[in-house]
Amino acid sequence: PAFGLFIFTIARDPLRIIILIAGAFFWLVSLLLSSLIWFIAVKASDPQDEPLQKGLLIFGVMFSVLLQEAFRFLYYKLLRKAIEGLVALSEDGCSPLSLQQMAYVAGVGFGLMSGAFSMINLLADALGPGIVGIHGDSQLYFLTSAFMTMVLIFLHTFWGILFFHGCEHQRWWEIMAVVIMHLAVSGSTFSNPLYVGSLVPSYLLMAAAAAWAYLLSGGSAQNLRRFLLCK
Amino acid sequence: MTELSAHLPQFQHGQLTENFPDNHLSNTNDNSERRRHGNSERRRNDNPEYETNGQPQNNIQHVVEQDEEEDEELTLKYGAKHVIMLFVPVTLCMVVVVATIKSVSFYTRKDGQLIYTPFTEETETVGQRALNSILNAAIMISVIIVMTILLVVLYKYRCYKVIHGWLIISSLLLLFFFSFIYLGEVFKTYNVAMDYITVALMIWNFGVVGMICIHWKGPLRLQQAYLIMISALMALVFIKYLPEWTAWLILAVISVYDLVAVLCPKGPLRMLVETAQERNETLFPALIYSSTMIWLVNMAEKDPEAQRKASKNPTYDKQALANQTRNQDAEADDGGFSQDWQQQRDNRIGPIESTPESRAAVQALPSNSQTSEDPEERGVKLGLGDFIFYSVLVGKASATASGDWNTTLACFVAILIGLCLTLLLLAIFKKALPALPISITFGLVFYFATDNLVQPFMDQLAFHQFYI
Repeated sequence: PAFGLFIFTIARDPLRIIILIAGAFFWLVSLLLSSLIWFIAVKASDPQDEPLQKGLLIFGVMFSVLLQEAFRFLYYKLLRKAIEGLVALSEDGCSPLSLQQMAYVAGVGFGLMSGAFSMINLLADALGPGIVGIHGDSQLYFLTSAFMTMVLIFLHTFWGILFFHGCEHQRWWEIMAVVIMHLAVSGSTFSNPLYVGSLVPSYLLMAAAAAWAYLLSGGSAQNLRRFLLCK
Repeated sequence: MTELSAHLPQFQHGQLTENFPDNHLSNTNDNSERRRHGNSERRRNDNPEYETNGQPQNNIQHVVEQDEEEDEELTLKYGAKHVIMLFVPVTLCMVVVVATIKSVSFYTRKDGQLIYTPFTEETETVGQRALNSILNAAIMISVIIVMTILLVVLYKYRCYKVIHGWLIISSLLLLFFFSFIYLGEVFKTYNVAMDYITVALMIWNFGVVGMICIHWKGPLRLQQAYLIMISALMALVFIKYLPEWTAWLILAVISVYDLVAVLCPKGPLRMLVETAQERNETLFPALIYSSTMIWLVNMAEKDPEAQRKASKNPTYDKQALANQTRNQDAEADDGGFSQDWQQQRDNRIGPIESTPESRAAVQALPSNSQTSEDPEERGVKLGLGDFIFYSVLVGKASATASGDWNTTLACFVAILIGLCLTLLLLAIFKKALPALPISITFGLVFYFATDNLVQPFMDQLAFHQFYI
């Protein structure tokens, strides 16, 4: 689905593609830094200690979430400057790409990159022979991974919109809400392989974020009804 | 007037020319030569055109001066479009290389080394290996520098025939011999039975059409496709025959060399571009990938305006492609001249030469055609060498990384971002810039970082199914 989003909404406009790739790049850099921190922590600790390793991993995940949000903020700052430049250059005084569109594209960029990194090795292995969950792990590993990745990509997109909107209108509580939601989703995955604990809350949060972002972007229940009934 | 004209082309060239320097390393010399050939050829072909071009160019210069700001705005506005026009071929080339590496095992087997890298890397101690790879890289770089200087010298002294012949031979070698080997390996991988006659027919058709497209006229898309294929073939050859550490070292040193060669006043590539601009010639089509087509040959015929318009768009693309192919040809030529006992090495060498040349060619693309057309049609030219080295980086990442697809993806994004930044700098500075340094630096940083830092992290996350 995320790839479909890409094709239908982004591939037309070259500027959007650039913003998308730049968004993916920012996410990648945040991942790099967070894994650096984690790596240092692991090297500095005892590799035999299982709970400690797991704890370090959890710490790494939380730290990574915070870093991702920080980079989203940095990206927002960069896009603000870029919009000013574009407005100055354009002929009719308004930017070819509104901030909301940029927010959407940035969110998709983040989401695509995170989804790709989460899934691609999995997909490559899935091509080969093997049985899922042969050592007593869940048999739904691939399915749940796919769903989780999809929900995360969508969430990143919505968070992008919410985050930029919050930064734009100086509503700090919106930004905090995004950060807390992100932490909550990542935290819920800690309860894997008890999939109920992670997938269900994530989807609920995604629905909430989707509705919120939709309202922020100017939609309303009436628009939705009209769209669905094709008026 | 002339200066203005030169200025315009420079801008256009610059964007792409940047790329050339990268590939040049060995090819620069060749590329420059090729470019000269291309330019000189065009000149010969388009003498009437040049004169007429001069006029519109001057006029355009005026117009440009008056609307300079607007022009800049337009340029930057269409900058995004040009960036995408370059993204697509670079992405395609990388995709082809990665797909081949993943499926055909021939390119990841160690079957020996080129004569340019005589020191083996399978030594007992780490220190020995490092020393060997440094020596290998030094030899390769000096070969590239020598070739580049040779190309520039040939270009300066107008030995266009030599350059042209060189380019043709190397593109011949590349198109026929390398693709034959590639096709053979693909068939082996997929266990497809094929008789020699069919193969001969296919290779013959492929090669002849390629030669025509690259060196003469052809549809823009086809020319671009051929240039991409040639770059991919060259990159595959590099990936196969360069040992590990040598390859990374070469990538790093080449970006430094590119930077130096293009930006220093005495740099060979810069001299090549400037000479080409002075003479108002285009760079060799075989060495550069252009996003639009400039057919000076066409322009010489009947309707200059229409042809200019038509050619402008395709020339950019084609030129870039052409440049690339030329680069490759140049390399092949070198291969033939040297006493390589392995033809493949010759082939490789040929293409390498092409790249520097292509790059030069790209830069040198005359603005003639461009000035007469509306600014929207200006394209960007990228040297074939740049294509090749980007693909080498991504191909090596996919071949030898422990993080496999993650690393490949990270390098891919890094290279694209580097390309964006380079094009942005091009729009700001408006002169030929090296396209290799920024992208290769990003790519290398991301490769090593992802491979060593991110991979264990992601593995652990995937194992526990945590999501960040």
